[in-house]
Amino acid sequence: MTDLTDLGVAAIRAGVANGDFSATEVAGAFNTAVADAQPALNAFITLTPDKALEAAAAVDADRAAGKALGKMAGVPIGMKDLFATTGTKTTAASQILGNFVPPYESTVSQKLWDAGAGMLGKLNLDQFAMGSSNETSAFGNVISPWRREGDTAQLAPGGSSGGSSAAVSARIAPAATGTDTGGSIRQPAAFTGISGIKPTYGRCSRWGIVAFASSLDQAGPMARDVRDCAIMLEAMAGFDPKDSTSLDLPVPEWEANLNADLRGKKVGIPREYRMDGMDADVARAWDEGIAWLKDAGAEIVDINLAHTKYALPAYYIIAPAEASSNLARYDGVRYGLRDLPQGAGLQDMYAATRAAGFGAEVKRRILMGTYVLSAGFYDAYYTQAQKVRTLISRDFMDAFQTVDVILAPTAPTAAFGLGEMVSDPLAMYLNDVFAVPASLAGLPAMSVPAGLDRQGLPLGLQLIGRPFDEQGVLDAGLAIEARAGFTARPAKWW
Amino acid sequence: MTGYRIQGATGEWEVVVGLEVHAQISTQAKLFSGAATAFGAEPNTQVSLVDAAMPGMLPVPNMECIRQAVRTGIAINAQINKWSRFDRKNYFYADLPQGYQISQLYHPIVGEGSLEVQLDDKDPESTKTIGIERIHVEQDAGKLMHDQHPTMSYVDLNRSGVALMEIVSRPDLRSPVEAGAYLAKLRTILRYVGSCDGNMDQGSMRADVNVSVRKPGEPFGTRTETKNVNSVRFVMAVVEQEAKRQVALIEDGGTIVQETRLYDPDRNETRSMRSKEDAHDYRYFPDPDLLPIVLDDAFVEECRASLPELPDAKRHRYETALGLSPYNAGVLTAEVETSRWFEALLAQSATQQGKPEGEVAKQAANWLTSELFGALNKLGKGLLESPVSPEAGGELLALIGKGTISGSAAKQVLEIMLETGNTPGAIVEREGLTQTSDTGAIKAAVDAVLAANADKVEQYKGGKEALFGFFVGQTMKAMQGKGNPGLVNEVLKAKLG
Repeated sequence: MTDLTDLGVAAIRAGVANGDFSATEVAGAFNTAVADAQPALNAFITLTPDKALEAAAAVDADRAAGKALGKMAGVPIGMKDLFATTGTKTTAASQILGNFVPPYESTVSQKLWDAGAGMLGKLNLDQFAMGSSNETSAFGNVISPWRREGDTAQLAPGGSSGGSSAAVSARIAPAATGTDTGGSIRQPAAFTGISGIKPTYGRCSRWGIVAFASSLDQAGPMARDVRDCAIMLEAMAGFDPKDSTSLDLPVPEWEANLNADLRGKKVGIPREYRMDGMDADVARAWDEGIAWLKDAGAEIVDINLAHTKYALPAYYIIAPAEASSNLARYDGVRYGLRDLPQGAGLQDMYAATRAAGFGAEVKRRILMGTYVLSAGFYDAYYTQAQKVRTLISRDFMDAFQTVDVILAPTAPTAAFGLGEMVSDPLAMYLNDVFAVPASLAGLPAMSVPAGLDRQGLPLGLQLIGRPFDEQGVLDAGLAIEARAGFTARPAKWW
Repeated sequence: MTGYRIQGATGEWEVVVGLEVHAQISTQAKLFSGAATAFGAEPNTQVSLVDAAMPGMLPVPNMECIRQAVRTGIAINAQINKWSRFDRKNYFYADLPQGYQISQLYHPIVGEGSLEVQLDDKDPESTKTIGIERIHVEQDAGKLMHDQHPTMSYVDLNRSGVALMEIVSRPDLRSPVEAGAYLAKLRTILRYVGSCDGNMDQGSMRADVNVSVRKPGEPFGTRTETKNVNSVRFVMAVVEQEAKRQVALIEDGGTIVQETRLYDPDRNETRSMRSKEDAHDYRYFPDPDLLPIVLDDAFVEECRASLPELPDAKRHRYETALGLSPYNAGVLTAEVETSRWFEALLAQSATQQGKPEGEVAKQAANWLTSELFGALNKLGKGLLESPVSPEAGGELLALIGKGTISGSAAKQVLEIMLETGNTPGAIVEREGLTQTSDTGAIKAAVDAVLAANADKVEQYKGGKEALFGFFVGQTMKAMQGKGNPGLVNEVLKAKLG
């Protein structure tokens, strides 16, 4: 029998449905793999092997009873610890929610359980999803399963969905949820050689997801391949009346409609993404991607996204501004950490609680956000950034008059080493440079593995689509996947 | 009309007032959550996950609150903004779970409007139009309770997230009377519209009172804002006290600082709460959890069509179509309940008398404002607690109108109605109060009275006309008070020639 942990979503679902193996066997195999890897990778904050087994038993029982099985039946997954899960700690990788157990389940996680998925555990992440390396977690760094050739230095799994990317690439979870505010699905997917898609803003309900920046936050799947992403996204998406920004549209059959034949399609190559001093391997991967899409039948068109260079500064105004307000609720009054020094009043309690409960990066962003919203600065920063955001959206809409999908690198480099960037927040923020424009415009965007760099580390290519056209993004991703032949996986050193 | 002036040592001062009125929207559910809004519930029993600002919870607008704000806007002839948006007002306080209040700073749902106030009850010409700058919709905060524990404060989140309208006037008010009349009129309109119950003692309506003073003709002075004033009387007192305080301070060589003040009704004075230097920077920005509120014409038209007849229009109709005095029309339209009661009374009376409402309206208005209000006043009851229903009142008015009972008998019947709750018909029957309009019986009674008082008849005919009243009285007495007074007069006049 094959090693069950080598299987992805589609294969597990088919095997369980066919009776090749039981969901319980699958859950058991992954539970073992998780427990085995946890000390080395620290991908999880909370392990929930019983939840995985419980869900698996229910699927096995349903199958035995001849009942119809859900889209994710028998697939145990990792849940980013930003999604509220009833009765299971939901920490956002912070001290302030370090012991928080929600009495409610996020819409997206509930949909996954309803589709037959089970929960292996709550995945580590950058604190409140703020970070690009998973080094801001209050529960320790996630260690990437990847290593540079001939080197044992610890690498970043990307962020903020670093627990998710590490778990999927290490084959200790067939798939995981992620959230993407400015690249937090795509960049870690690229760093670890897996696929991940951020759907159109509003496709997945934000209800029950700890908020970072409300106008940008989107949930999405991270998995081994494009098909697995399509399956899982179908299970996660859908209108939710509890989220005012949720899209009231039916969920398309992305999986059934997957089609790697791109004849008649036009792919845009944005000039502005080809920056001076671009990493040679990244440039080469991009060129290969262009060739593969051409091979798939697409016509390649050069496009302008003129305001690209303003995207990163605009993002680092808007996201912290929203975060500074969204995180105000963590005040020690009703739930979460409370630090009440002897004789302290309300203001002292706020100060002590928030000083102890938030990490340095979270504090930095609250400070930035508070600053840009302050009287006298609001127009110069926030209003200006919103104008830039509008211009960036317009650039994309203009481009989509001509092209169907845009191809660009996901990140400017392959994975960097842990500790290499932490002392330089600006350099760290630059990692999001290719990811944030699509976030600001609310567009569906995906990262797929393209190959390895000269050090043997994965590189990702990004596909950006029209609003609501996840299908176009998935199809182009599938075309690349078919030609890249990416089979590399990290050697098991843990 | 001479303006309200404060006499200072350096001359006359004018007071300038603007009100920001917070009115709780009368809906079952809160502005952004499904939690209930009933007054007086046990602490923290009406709190949803959204109201408690649990992680990942999101607001969803309650469109009924939006609808009520739009209806209110139409009622004050205001511009309705078909595109409006919610903003976050950021500040930390223990009664504010989100760490921000969802409000509307930049794009309120209702723009410029106005209402007309009457400054003197007795003088229908004493009107003034007060500008209203805007109405916006926002969340209320929770409540801190400081008396539950020796060293700690408790928080009750029942009010957290309750929908408020903030109705902001122009600085058009110039006296305590104007401020009081404005607040009272606004309350009347809100209660007609049904968008707020106007219960100021339960906090459903409260005003922030902005006051400044200036020498007449000079630019506006620096204003202070006295928060959360919860009655018309207190608003008037705040204007008066605060204006006097400011004048005294300026004349003593001091300067007014822009600050927030509180009113202490026990001492009838305002006290500083915080100055502008301590003021929060609220860091307003559009709430990214919410989409703009976009209204279509059909929605606004539905709001307009759903409005009842409003007090000004009603008052005008009472005066013109029903022929009521301006005073009565004012009294009967001041409270929506009073006008409803009056209209039910009038309908009943007109139906029973088989006459158009216009013909019997004065009778109904006079009876309600003098007889019933007087009687209820003695009982210490309001109209809504009246033991006499509009239907029974209408029946009584019909008995008078048809001449079945006399006016004096009607007073007696009303008293019995108030005591027993019986219908006027039954009371008249049992007490034998039916008045006689049988001219034969009246003539017989008159003849008997004249015969028995031949001496007085002589005196009358000799010029002592004051005796007429004596004959009326004797006739009525002979008929046990049941003679129709009009007919008795008529017959007597004929007989006495």
